[in-house]
Amino acid sequence: MNDDDVNIGNFSCPLPMGEYDFITMAHGGGGKIMNNLIDKMFMKTFSNNIIQQKHDGAIFEIGKQKFAFTTDSYVVNPIFFPGGDIGELAVYGTVNDLSMCGAIPLFLSLAIIMEEGFPVKDLEKIVNSIRKATDTANVKIITGDTKVVEKGKGDGIFINTSGIGIINEKIRIFPQNIKKGDLILLNGDIGRHGTAIMTSRENLDIESNIKSDCAPLNGIVKRLIDEDIEIHCLRDLTRGGLGSALNEIATQTELEIEIDGKEINVIEEVKGICEILGIDPIHIANEGRFIAFVAKDDAEKALKILRKEKVTGKYASIIGIVKDRYEKGIVTLKSITGAKRILDMLSGEQLPRIC
Amino acid sequence: MKLLDEYRDPEKVVEYLDAIKKIVNRRHNIMEICGGQTHTIVKYGIDEIIPDKINLIHGPGCPVCVTPLEKIDKAIEIASTQNVIFCSFGDMLRVPGSKSDLLREKAKGNDVRIVYSPMDAVRIAKENPKKEIVFFAVGFETTAPPNAMAVYTANNKNINNFSVLVSHVLVPPAIKVILDSKEAQVNGFLAAGHVCTVMGYKEYENISEEYKVPIVVTGFEPMDILQGLFMCIKLLENGENKVENQYSRAVTREGNSKAKEIINEIFSVCDRKWRGIGEIKQSGYKLNSKYEKYDAEIKFGVIDYSVEEPSECICGLILQGLKKPSDCSLFGTKCTPEHPYGATMVSTEGACSAYYLYKEKKLK
Repeated sequence: MNDDDVNIGNFSCPLPMGEYDFITMAHGGGGKIMNNLIDKMFMKTFSNNIIQQKHDGAIFEIGKQKFAFTTDSYVVNPIFFPGGDIGELAVYGTVNDLSMCGAIPLFLSLAIIMEEGFPVKDLEKIVNSIRKATDTANVKIITGDTKVVEKGKGDGIFINTSGIGIINEKIRIFPQNIKKGDLILLNGDIGRHGTAIMTSRENLDIESNIKSDCAPLNGIVKRLIDEDIEIHCLRDLTRGGLGSALNEIATQTELEIEIDGKEINVIEEVKGICEILGIDPIHIANEGRFIAFVAKDDAEKALKILRKEKVTGKYASIIGIVKDRYEKGIVTLKSITGAKRILDMLSGEQLPRIC
Repeated sequence: MKLLDEYRDPEKVVEYLDAIKKIVNRRHNIMEICGGQTHTIVKYGIDEIIPDKINLIHGPGCPVCVTPLEKIDKAIEIASTQNVIFCSFGDMLRVPGSKSDLLREKAKGNDVRIVYSPMDAVRIAKENPKKEIVFFAVGFETTAPPNAMAVYTANNKNINNFSVLVSHVLVPPAIKVILDSKEAQVNGFLAAGHVCTVMGYKEYENISEEYKVPIVVTGFEPMDILQGLFMCIKLLENGENKVENQYSRAVTREGNSKAKEIINEIFSVCDRKWRGIGEIKQSGYKLNSKYEKYDAEIKFGVIDYSVEEPSECICGLILQGLKKPSDCSLFGTKCTPEHPYGATMVSTEGACSAYYLYKEKKLK
């Protein structure tokens, strides 16, 4: 193929360059700036009917079988943190994205990029942890890749996993299936993963016992499905936390979502650290929490199932309801004063305040 | 331990609201000084549940917002100097200067670091003797003691590769500017609890007496704000002009004498330019001459800078309580938290940012 075969004449970068000339940390922060980048650059460039689902994974059919397919990269720092490590995260994160499509996760790929000088003993620890996590989540690593970059050109280790799962033909779990009147369930308290990571970073002199909530969600999703709960949509709360997850769905469906602030549980230790840092747990990352949009009549039954989960179950709650159509979508939150306000997606990263 | 739940108790909210409703007879304009208070008011919808006769005006107490444009430009110039590690509190990173912001400078490869305490910057200086470490010393009286302590410690330990870019501002002179303005119609103030934790409220007594205006030192939780409002409204209804202390769990009349001591050791009062407002006499801190070698402006030769602020932006009027964010033609269109045009949109404590986050779209 020579250069003449490539037609790039009509291609222009869809992201207005006046806004940012360089990628900043905010472009990966899970907030509006990241979503803008995805919409204006990737979605426009790769536009097709599957990617437009904007779900945690892509849902498609081959023959008569429905599949879910997803990919995720893991760059967490520190790589070992209270309650987990980058390996466990790389398995559960991808398993959870598949679970949010209502799929049974089956196979994962594993790609590792290491920096020259990375200790083999740490790699061993991570690989063992990956093995343990795949056993727990009942998935198999079936292909992989290893690359090493020069010292200084990577931060220790980065991991990418892709995953594939099968979906029962009756299951229809995606944002467009959400209906007015659906109740929204949350499977536990929020903010543990983000605060565990923040407090384990060396530049922050706060001691805490908070552990990441890092856990596979395919088990609990299967239990909900097996009990015939009418689930319309699922979304796990990762970067950007509950605030981003709700806003993504409201925007995609152009619905109003109303949340009751007092139903959202946050353990005291997480609350305390958030107060010190001046950040809101509603925007903090989780790795084992999800919201379920469930038909109103099934909500109580679903809550009972969530409540049976070991550690987090007691914090499960019904946090809100889907209201009418709303142009471009909106999430509102009833505060303790009874006043209703907007719960917006964060712009970029949450930055600790001055005072 | 229940950290703050008692100050966020829905039942008590109703109690205080009822108490406020009972005593309000006349219309009152009350200004909350601090951006943290503005944030609580808008986040919890306090402005929407209080009686219509009470008009809340959002004051200038957001240090990020009032840091002048040229100071940000100076920070950017220093941060992009070779061999410099520029340390700052997180929320200063997004503040736009005239051309760029610190986040973008960081993205370009400059060593810009978020620290949680100025003492972290001193530690970084000690660990990197071949680098120059600069800390962006921003804030009201609240952050002055730790910032002073950092300079004091560096001096004691003979750490000479450390300096501070000082942009400290003081609350009382700003209150006077607002009260001197012919347009402003503030009847009462909620003073900033954290500032008074350091400084006490003795200095507010003269202002209250001279301008015949009640001032209530107030905290930051929903219950604090409601109680502060109740106390202020009661004083206004009774025609009493004095200072009262709602935030007694943290504030005394005399303030924190140790903290004031270290401030006086390191800093002295100077004229200071405020973003959107202009120069206010005797409204800031500068380093005392004894500590001049820690002055980053001198060290990096960035003293003479003058930048025009964009004329369309009304954040100066908002900071003085003369306009509300929704009065601005740029609000929510040209000026958003992703691309802030004016200072009050940058920090989550800025009035525009609080309005955008919680009231951006008209609720049905």
